[in-house]
Amino acid sequence: MSTHDRSTNVASSNDSPRPVLDVRELRKYFPLSSGIFNKRAGTVHAVDDISFSVMAGETLGIVGESGCGKSTTARLLMRLIEPDAGRVLLDGRGIAEPAPHGLAIGEVRRQMQMVFQDSFASLNPRLTIEDSIAFGPVVHGLPRRQAKARARELLARVGLAPERYAARYPHELSGGQRQRINIARALALEPRIVILDEAVSALDKSVEAQVLNLLLDLKREFGLTYLFISHDLNVVRYMSDRVMVMYLGKIAEIGPVEAIFGGTAHPYTKALLSAMPSMDPARRTQKPPLTGDPPSPIDPPPGCRFRTRCLYAEDVCARLDPQLVIAGSPDHRVACEILRPASGHSLAAPAIAHAA
Amino acid sequence: MTMPSVNGEQPALVSVRNLSVAFTGGARPVHAVNGVDFDLAPGEVLGVIGESGSGKSVTLRALLRILPPRRTRIGGSLRIAGKDVLALQGRALEDYRGGVASMIFQEPMLAFDPVFSIGDQIAESVMRHRRVGKAQAKQRALEMLELVQIPNAKRRLDAYPHEMSGGMRQRAMIALALACAPKLLLADEPTTALDATVQIQILLLLRELQRELGMAVIFITHDVGVACEVADRVAVMYAGRLVESGSVAAVMQDPKHPYTSGLLSSIVHGQTRDQRIEAIPGAPPDLADLPAGCSFAPRCRFAVDACRAEVPAARELAGARLVRCVLADEAEWD
Repeated sequence: MSTHDRSTNVASSNDSPRPVLDVRELRKYFPLSSGIFNKRAGTVHAVDDISFSVMAGETLGIVGESGCGKSTTARLLMRLIEPDAGRVLLDGRGIAEPAPHGLAIGEVRRQMQMVFQDSFASLNPRLTIEDSIAFGPVVHGLPRRQAKARARELLARVGLAPERYAARYPHELSGGQRQRINIARALALEPRIVILDEAVSALDKSVEAQVLNLLLDLKREFGLTYLFISHDLNVVRYMSDRVMVMYLGKIAEIGPVEAIFGGTAHPYTKALLSAMPSMDPARRTQKPPLTGDPPSPIDPPPGCRFRTRCLYAEDVCARLDPQLVIAGSPDHRVACEILRPASGHSLAAPAIAHAA
Repeated sequence: MTMPSVNGEQPALVSVRNLSVAFTGGARPVHAVNGVDFDLAPGEVLGVIGESGSGKSVTLRALLRILPPRRTRIGGSLRIAGKDVLALQGRALEDYRGGVASMIFQEPMLAFDPVFSIGDQIAESVMRHRRVGKAQAKQRALEMLELVQIPNAKRRLDAYPHEMSGGMRQRAMIALALACAPKLLLADEPTTALDATVQIQILLLLRELQRELGMAVIFITHDVGVACEVADRVAVMYAGRLVESGSVAAVMQDPKHPYTSGLLSSIVHGQTRDQRIEAIPGAPPDLADLPAGCSFAPRCRFAVDACRAEVPAARELAGARLVRCVLADEAEWD
């Protein structure tokens, strides 16, 4: 059961649910070139050796600022881009690895689907709504008649009357309606996992609430597992069972939603939380938690990547690449030298390792 | 900041009466703004909250007269700092833009010219409005970059927009907008495209600059939290009308319009997962085909026949609050 912990040296308890997705030391670098001779100008460390797992039936929220690698992670899981290193196991079988232990990409796509942020760009403007939803099932071998029937069922399920909407084209719908279509299309292959990459971020708040309610209903009804990627911490908190915080291609902190929001351990997560605008005009934010912009993920410096903006950075943070260690509860892990007893950081001591 | 401006002692800096904007380029005219009235005192910060298509950006662009004249029909009256803004032409209009009122946008990359350095662009504006020489204008540009807390301001004068990070570009745009000390700053979602940790820095910077320089600000946002951080007073827009306005604390605590109330309860904020979010059903109306009465009536749980008959008049409630709802003083819908 704890094989997925190989890379992090932390054993999980035996009664934990089975991981449906197991990500091991996944890495993606994008080389940058410049000039007419394509001289190598640096490397974007988009996703840098990250390992995590997703349990069946849970929602794992992924948060972080631009350049943190959350969308690249989603695209790597879907194999929309090829990883440079690392493996992704779906039910213990390696994605895009040779049979009998591997899993072909076609089968992966049947089990795992994705909804993107831009509801318009992700629909073919020349296909009717019904044809867009039926497209995937037809490719996967379902007879056209049945595929269309399924499309109409799904349309009704996401709250768009099939008799009114089935024959329309994407440009005839509002943003919220198009995102419902994208959700219906993602469900057309009856997947078990749905990756939602900023799926509600472009929607107005009143429409966002409708779509979030729909996502929760669908999850319950079809027993789905979600990877919910967003920059909106309030929404992630509402949707997720566990939350993973990323910073410049690395996992900063991962754990149950209560631990991330109630027992925040990583200085970056703390900064993110206190950067949220106050909803109470009587208690306005007085001081920004961080200065400057997130640094570029091109050729990041060695050591902890957050140290350039961290209030608590010391020499040790430049020397060591922090590994995920247990903070508080066994399933709450943090990559920070302060939390690692005897790391040499002046704040690192067993006594404060558990104080958040 | 002083709160009421409608009956305040100071004369209003901005006075908008029955402003309407229709776009006539397409097959049917699109009624983006449909009778907006408000006043703004000097030094006051008004947050305008609304969703896409509510007319908030169009209102702001009308205030700066940057809507395409051939395809736009503007009605009503606009007085800003004693000027009849809708009557301005030629040089007077140029003096007004940047000199009296200036604007910051969501995308600084689009607001700057990519082929001139930041310093040159700020200096150009200063030379135009202050009629000073290049050296003096450059000096002013440097002061402005320092004022918006850009590190190594001297070096940044020669930087091109693409060489700066998103947060720094946004600071540079604020420096450009404030370089000629306008009386009114129009802010069109200036932090929406920024990362969370950068957004809060820019919001606090704007708050600080407003306190120091004392200009009035109209800050447009779809994010209620952002409005809470910067505004003295808020106005909520829906389908081209102001449906509610009042002090930010009063509107947050006790929204009087069903749309404001629905918007606040549809924001995910501390709800637990077993609670459903109270979403507003349906979608905003088509601006080319507005319903006869209250535009929110088709989505409103409390709509009665009177709502559909005619557009409700703005009612004034205690505490300088205005609400456009027939049920506003009955308070029975909540």
